[in-house]
This record gives sequence, structure tokens and C-alpha cells, in this order.
Amino acid sequence: MSGLAEIIVRDLRFHYTPGVEVLRGIDLTLTPGSVAIIGQNGAGKSTFVRLLNGLLRPTQGEVWVDDLSTASTTVASMARKVGLVFQNPTDQLFKSRVLDEVMFGPLNLGASQDEARQRAEAALARVGLTGAEARNPYDLGLAERKLVTIASVLAMDTPVVILDEPTIAQDVTGVRQIGDIVTWLQEQGRTVITITHDMDFVARYFQRVLVFQAGQVLADGTAEEIFSRPDLLRQAGLEPPPITVLGQRLGLARPPLTVEGFVARLRGPNGLAP
Amino acid sequence: MSVIVVENLRYRYPRQSALALDGVSFTVEPGEFVGIVGPNKAGKSTLCQALVGLVPHFYKGAIGGRVEVAGLDVHASTVAEVSRRAGLVFQSPFTQMSGAKFTVYEEVAFGLEHTGIPRDEMVRRIEWALRLLGLWELRDRNPFALSGGQMQRLAIASVLVMQPEVLILDEPTSQLDPAGTSEVFAAVGDLCRQGMAVVMAEHKVDRIAARADKVLVLDRGQVVAWGPPGEVFSLDGLTARGVAVPAATAAARELRWQEPDGTYPVTVEQAVRIGGERLGRDHR
Repeated sequence: MSGLAEIIVRDLRFHYTPGVEVLRGIDLTLTPGSVAIIGQNGAGKSTFVRLLNGLLRPTQGEVWVDDLSTASTTVASMARKVGLVFQNPTDQLFKSRVLDEVMFGPLNLGASQDEARQRAEAALARVGLTGAEARNPYDLGLAERKLVTIASVLAMDTPVVILDEPTIAQDVTGVRQIGDIVTWLQEQGRTVITITHDMDFVARYFQRVLVFQAGQVLADGTAEEIFSRPDLLRQAGLEPPPITVLGQRLGLARPPLTVEGFVARLRGPNGLAP
Repeated sequence: MSVIVVENLRYRYPRQSALALDGVSFTVEPGEFVGIVGPNKAGKSTLCQALVGLVPHFYKGAIGGRVEVAGLDVHASTVAEVSRRAGLVFQSPFTQMSGAKFTVYEEVAFGLEHTGIPRDEMVRRIEWALRLLGLWELRDRNPFALSGGQMQRLAIASVLVMQPEVLILDEPTSQLDPAGTSEVFAAVGDLCRQGMAVVMAEHKVDRIAARADKVLVLDRGQVVAWGPPGEVFSLDGLTARGVAVPAATAAARELRWQEPDGTYPVTVEQAVRIGGERLGRDHR
């Protein structure tokens, strides 16, 4: 069973090419719950999450997941703790049947055929792909292929789940489905870390928001705290969700994060609506 | 004269029973920006591919109706003929990379080779396309060393350099950050002012509502709405069909913040104006 995990990141620095620092000193503690990582393309977000599961090793500093340091733990051992869904599904799909693809992770972790199958079917149900077991992942559209990769990681039942840009190519229904998965993981006491450019998605589903800029953490707070600071967002090349902007422009004291929140505020007991 | 004419377009992929496109009709004028919205599998990508002839010439299948782009009957022309007048940027930028070039500059130049365009004209166009998409500083980088967002802008530049009369973009900002998304929408605005017609399939409806001249809503291969953003997004029943509507419109609908003509605001600006009036305050 998955259990809880704590991630500790100390003075983390990383470069692919000497002299070109991608991460420039990150200190963080990540506890169970939902964390969104936002920031411009090239801010170091995808590199950071690859350091959390040991795919990359720190140039300097440390990453600990519970009692495991990524510097001295194999990627295979880290895979029991940290599941990572890549941005581009093509980077991680290699079986010709959806079910085999999703069973691959649990089998690799030592699950029996039966158990792997059960976990795969449960994970496919969670992403709404029940019925697609026999299809070839490459016959699916980009949005569904992405859901297959999410199911593959869910089936591994890791305490930490990392999603890199999960809402790309999803329509409203797909975004809601992935948001429900984030909430479910959070309720299970897992750590779910998500890189995204979709600010509505962040505002609606995440407890904690990290703003990355040029390889550093520019800000760390709740969605409400982060989105009520337009100056900070501008500095990071970001914009609050449109509904937050609307609330601010109409002079609401606290910024609304969702359309429902905005409407409720205007209809509330001190409602401003006519 | 319309630069795109689609009349009763019907299309079925090979070995499929359902129609992917079912009676689609619309026209686009030079300089117009048209947004295509709707849930996944509504036919958005299929329609994009039908506008450049990949449907049906590459995907085969059964087709009916008429598609005319820049004066060419697409069904009676080759993809090569159509591609000289209409450029398509695919949903996944990885699909678009030639794989044969080692710098961003060469990748953009790739399509212009063997076209017989004079060298100085080529150089001028390449620089124009790279600068328009904010890639000039990255011109010596390897295309496969770019981030997803940068690669997406490169895919657009590689098509733009051909200076098509019609530009078709299939979810061109899916991997872009908000600043990069703004750049692409601003670039589209520039191109339309220069007379190019742009058709963009996109999930970011707030941006489409603010920028597009017209919006085509597809659901299960059929056009369920077609017109200016204010009219289209004010229609009842879009959300129930899984069609995203702008946040300003969703909020205004709940609060009954309507324009005198009965439509709802589709941009934050419009909602601030109407909301401000309703709230009886002075908001700017």
C-alpha cells in the first residue's frame, strides 16, 4: 500500500551543460496534499520533477523522499515511491495494448498477474477508459493517450504522483476528470505534484502553489494568496484566471478562484447583486 | 470573396461507421480569424485536416460536399497544390519537425527549399517568421533541444514562412505558458490585419472569445453554432454538450448580466462594464 511520503529538497542545483544553471538553489519540503507548479516555459519545472524521482541527479544539493536520497538510490527503487507522468505521452507508451501498458508498472514492481490486472483495471476506470483495454495506445487521440499514461502511474500506487502538464489537449470533461483524480489522491493522503499552465485548473483543484522563475521558487502559497498578487504573477510571466481578474476589477476584497465562488460571493448575505 | 468555402461537408474515416463530419457548412473571408471549439472527438482536428486536403487524400475514407480554399477545389486537388495556399500546424509539434535539420533556422528554411524562391527573399521571410514567433534568439538551437512551448512556436513559424493565404492551427498553444499563448494570439492578429485568414481549433475559449471574429462550435461532427463570439457563447445548452464557455460568460449567465440585445459578455472587459453598471458602482 502506498503510505505517506515527505519530500525534502535542500539547496538543489542542476545543470545539463556546465555554466548554464537550470535550477539555482531550491529549498522545499513537500508533504502529502496537492501542489501545483506554475511558471514560464523554461523556468525549470520539468527538470525539477525529474530530480524528484531520480531520473536526474542533483549537480549540487539533495533530494530526499522519506529516507531515500535520490543521489544514492536507483531509479527502479525510486519508482516505488514516486510515479511520474511525462508531458509527452509518446515518451512513455511502448505496449501495443492499453491494458498491457497499464499493467507494466505493477508487474515491474513485483505484483502478480492477477493483482496487476486488477490494479490496471481500477486505474483505467479512474481515468474513464474502461472499455479501451484492448485498444492500441497509438490508435487513441492525444487526450486519451495522456489518460493512459496517467492510469499507468496510478496503477503503481506510489505515495507520490507527479503529473507534467496533464490537461494538455483535454476538453472540459477531461480536465474535470483529471481534477477529480488530483482531489482523490489528495484525500488518500498522497502527494500529488502537478506542472501546469492552466490557471483555472490550479485555482480549482490545488492546495498549494509554487511559482517557478528562472530556476528558483519565486513564491509559495495558497492559490488565493498567489493569484491575488498580479505584480508577482507578471514578474513570473503568468496571469491569474479570468474569473479572478473579473473579481479584482469589480473590487471584491478577496479574489474569487472559480465561477461558482464568484457568483456565490455576489449572491451572498452581503451580496452585491441587485 | 470568401477564401474558404465549406458546403455540406460529410466525412467518414475508413472502417468507421459514424460520420466524423456531418453536414458542416461555413465560409471565411480574407483577414478573418475563426475559432473552432467543442469537446474532444467533435471533429475539430478532422475539419482542420479537411481544409488542407489531408482528409480525404491522406486518410482516405468517404467524403461528400465541397471544400474550396483560396480558389482551389480541395477534393479535386493534390495535397501539394493545396499546401502552397493553405498551411496546417498540427496539434503535436513533434509531428511537424522534419527531423532532418539541426538548427531552428534550417528547420524554418526547410519548407522553402526547392520552391524556386530567390535567396534574399528566403532570408527575409525566415527572419520575419522567426521574429514574429519570438524565436530569432533561438535560431541556432537544435529543434529537439527546445522546450515543448518553443517547439510549438517553431512548428507555426515553419508553416508561416510559406506565407499561405490561409493558416490552419490545431490547438497551437496547448503546451505554451500564458505569455507564449498571448504571443501566438497577437501574431495571429497581425497576420489577419495583413489579410491572411486564420482558422484555429482551441480549448482556450476565453482567448478565442476575446480575439476571434467568428466562432464555430462543433459537436459530434455537426455545427451547433456559428457566428460572432458574443452570440455563440450566449446560446443555451453549450455547457451541457461539454462545450467550454468563457468564465465571464458563465458568471454573467448565472447573475443575469445581459447586454441590451440579450447576449452575455464574453470577455472580462465586457463583464466589468456590465457588472459595474449592475452593481451601481463606478468601475474602470
